[in-house]
Amino acid sequence: MNKENIESNKDVVTVKRDLLFGLGFGILFGFLLHKGGVTKYDVIVGQLLLIDFTVVKVMLSAVATGMIGIYFMKSMGWIKLSLKGGSVGMNVIGALIFGVGFAVLGYCPGTIAGAIGNGYLDAIVGGLAGILMGTWIFAVMYPKLKDGILKKGDFGDITLPRLFKLNEWVVVVPAFALIVLLLFWIESTGF
Amino acid sequence: METIASVFTSTSWSPYAAGIGIGVLSWLTFLISGKPIAISTSFAQASGMIEGVIAGEKARQRPYYKKIKLRINWQLMLVLGVVIGSFLSAIISGDFQVGVWVPSLWAAAFGDSALLRVIVAVAGGIILGFGARFAGGCTSGHGISGTLQLSVSSWISAIFFFIGGIITAHLIFKFIA
Repeated sequence: MNKENIESNKDVVTVKRDLLFGLGFGILFGFLLHKGGVTKYDVIVGQLLLIDFTVVKVMLSAVATGMIGIYFMKSMGWIKLSLKGGSVGMNVIGALIFGVGFAVLGYCPGTIAGAIGNGYLDAIVGGLAGILMGTWIFAVMYPKLKDGILKKGDFGDITLPRLFKLNEWVVVVPAFALIVLLLFWIESTGF
Repeated sequence: METIASVFTSTSWSPYAAGIGIGVLSWLTFLISGKPIAISTSFAQASGMIEGVIAGEKARQRPYYKKIKLRINWQLMLVLGVVIGSFLSAIISGDFQVGVWVPSLWAAAFGDSALLRVIVAVAGGIILGFGARFAGGCTSGHGISGTLQLSVSSWISAIFFFIGGIITAHLIFKFIA
């Protein structure tokens, strides 16, 4: 085997390993989504109707836990952040459109994958087909949107610490404390 | 042993246990794969691959599909894994749903017509899929992975996901039902 073949073999192995890790992390994520109860329409729409706070509890405890670990690993130089750029057009208008779909469908992209695994037929037959069509429509319209509304009020891929010119931990620690307080408050109101 | 097994066979955990688990999982995806948990791009890739099967080259030439690249990648496998993981959890806890077309909250307000529920689900899915790509992420990519990195775009998105969702859900259930 010449050197080139060995190199390309190495690439194939790396890619396969990468895909397997993706699959494994996905299985764990799906398992946790189901155990958290958020693969169910009733739980998700219950959250949007403000009668069931399961979704907020799962999300905020994930964010608080994740944030501490991610910023610790970042400060150790083990990882790099992976930030999405944004604009008012994308993250206000786009997010509001998403919110409408979220309530009409009663699942979001991650939880519908979970709902499919959970066996819900409205997710498999209705929601999945709809999401595929919706993303396709976006792809068709993208050339018209990309330099217009998607660029409106562009602010790039900044973080809150950078925005406020603060040390990361000056934001991370209070944000963590605020999330924990908010969760205690939700519990104390009986939800 | 019985108690350890019963953790996995119980239908649901405390939402905090599930949430902390997802938080720890996000450490691992960053550390091992260098990537955040995210979902909705994969649906766009799948839609492009389907268009590719139906319409051929034309799909691959679309600027958006060129941008996100139509190939099986880490994230597409992650989404596939979510289906499998949820299935496993549902099966071992006896919660796998057979023949359920209409969720009970929906049925209580709009009756048990499967056709009506599917039509509305398709419509909701179209809006959701379009909005997810418009916003550059969904409840996972923005709502969990972006917010935990303290990304400005993600905090704004997550807040407006819920503003849009809460208003719409109330309109649907208070005025139409």
